[in-house]
Amino acid sequence: MSMGVNWPGVRAIFHHEMMRFFRTIWQSLASPVVSTTLYFVVFGAAIGGRIQSVDGVPYGAFIVPGLMMLTILQQSVSNASFGIYFPKFSGTIYEYLVSPVGWIEVTLGFVGAAAAKAMMIALVILATSFFFVGVHILHPFWMLAFLFLTAVGFSLLGFIIGLWAKSFEQLQIVPLMVITPLVFLGGAFYSASMLPPFWEAVAKLNPVLYLISGFRWSFFGLADVPVGVSLAAVALMVVVCFAVIRWIFATGWRLRE
Amino acid sequence: MPAIIEIESLSKQYNSGTTALSDVSMNIAEGEILALLGPNGAGKTTLISIICGLVVPTGGSVRVGGHDIGRDWRAARRLIGLVPQEIALEPFETVLNTVRFTRGLYGEAPDDAYLEQILRSLSLWDKRDAATRELSGGMKRRVLIAKALSHRPKVLFLDEPTAGVDVALRREMWQVVEGLRRDGVTIILTTHYLEEAEAMADRIGVIDKGRLLLVRPTAELMGEFGKKELTIELSTPLEAVPAALAGRGLVLAPDGLSLRYDYDARAERSGIARLLGDLAAAGIAVRDVATRQSSLEEVFISLLQDARTEDAA
Repeated sequence: MSMGVNWPGVRAIFHHEMMRFFRTIWQSLASPVVSTTLYFVVFGAAIGGRIQSVDGVPYGAFIVPGLMMLTILQQSVSNASFGIYFPKFSGTIYEYLVSPVGWIEVTLGFVGAAAAKAMMIALVILATSFFFVGVHILHPFWMLAFLFLTAVGFSLLGFIIGLWAKSFEQLQIVPLMVITPLVFLGGAFYSASMLPPFWEAVAKLNPVLYLISGFRWSFFGLADVPVGVSLAAVALMVVVCFAVIRWIFATGWRLRE
Repeated sequence: MPAIIEIESLSKQYNSGTTALSDVSMNIAEGEILALLGPNGAGKTTLISIICGLVVPTGGSVRVGGHDIGRDWRAARRLIGLVPQEIALEPFETVLNTVRFTRGLYGEAPDDAYLEQILRSLSLWDKRDAATRELSGGMKRRVLIAKALSHRPKVLFLDEPTAGVDVALRREMWQVVEGLRRDGVTIILTTHYLEEAEAMADRIGVIDKGRLLLVRPTAELMGEFGKKELTIELSTPLEAVPAALAGRGLVLAPDGLSLRYDYDARAERSGIARLLGDLAAAGIAVRDVATRQSSLEEVFISLLQDARTEDAA
């Protein structure tokens, strides 16, 4: 082991987390596929019957990036927060604190695994959407880049929630009360330009709008806000979250006495 | 033997104001078994937790294998294995996978042959594919030991290794520790069972209220503090200690059938031969005699009482 990053340690945590995912692979994948199908039925078929297209994109296809974002945000936060909270709950957190792994190894292992799981599920949703609508991806590289950055950003946020949480209730409250509303109000199922001017301005205070907008741009070339701003927003989120995690480990807050 | 752990003026005060450790200094030699004794809340677990990295000290320093646990924590932690007091295992993970995981955390390349050797030595090989939640309490504790040994540590901390386990398993644990001693692993264990410390440890450290009262070789401690007791069983009951034997410190049992005589095992003359001669001269028939050395428990209680009396004064 070099005295820099303990890569075998990162690999051990990553592998351990992925194994948990694969132990319950069918539950992990079936649930998002079923809910996506329901979204397509409800939003695509029922509402799509009334809204033919948004800026020339059929409504069914228009909601695909939003659905993927909804999933990636929820999955990233829940996987990462549960991943680090469970060892705290079961007492096995001591292993991470006494072994030669620091904040960087623990974060890379847990967040890497949470982001990988979320991306896999999002791609399964994309594959599912092909059964319902014709989706053409205009900028595949940027689509994957947004997917990756968003998964990492929200996995980092989930990781912080898991470190902060002292109970399963606290673990649930942020995704339920903050993330899901932000996604629904962030233009997952509509374009901000469809809102009255006042509400469009309010919507632009929602950071999730920038993610969905950038992601949708990678599909259709349509954006509510400039793509550069979207990229900067998600990059800023990654940096801030890393800084917070580093502070938590440096001070031992909620980890060490 | 050179010291593998050097502790200097270590202190820990919690935010609540509680002083868990106060100016603790000691060296632990490579290959030795040290038992830390003390009542609940004495600071034993805090001391172990600081050395292992679970608790941040408020003063002093610790070096493990020459590496400072703060500045050079990675190198220090690589030398250490910890078996915690509470059984904490991921319930759905298999025995072999959980041990592999710990080895990975320590930055070691996979080595299933070595892990097989550990699991066999702990009678866990047959359970390698079982989920940890399916194991008995004793097996779970052995899994924790296997995890702690997975990266070949030079120092093993066992925090109350036999707390709440039955007598048979306790003996089994002792055998495991004995095997580790033969392999040259330095072992620091905390225990409530004084019998355990007496049976296994080369040295014993007594902690109370965050202070290290003493660290002494077990045999020396027993010899120095250990009083011996001679019980003389009589053929016929006595009503009182005969006047000829007064002043010898004899205590007559309530049933009058035995006399107790306390003596110092280290003294040049125990006075036993003379006492037995005087009993014969007084016409008292002796049926049997037995001696008993005071247990470490009594030594321990006496030490704590001495320390607390000093505090009060």
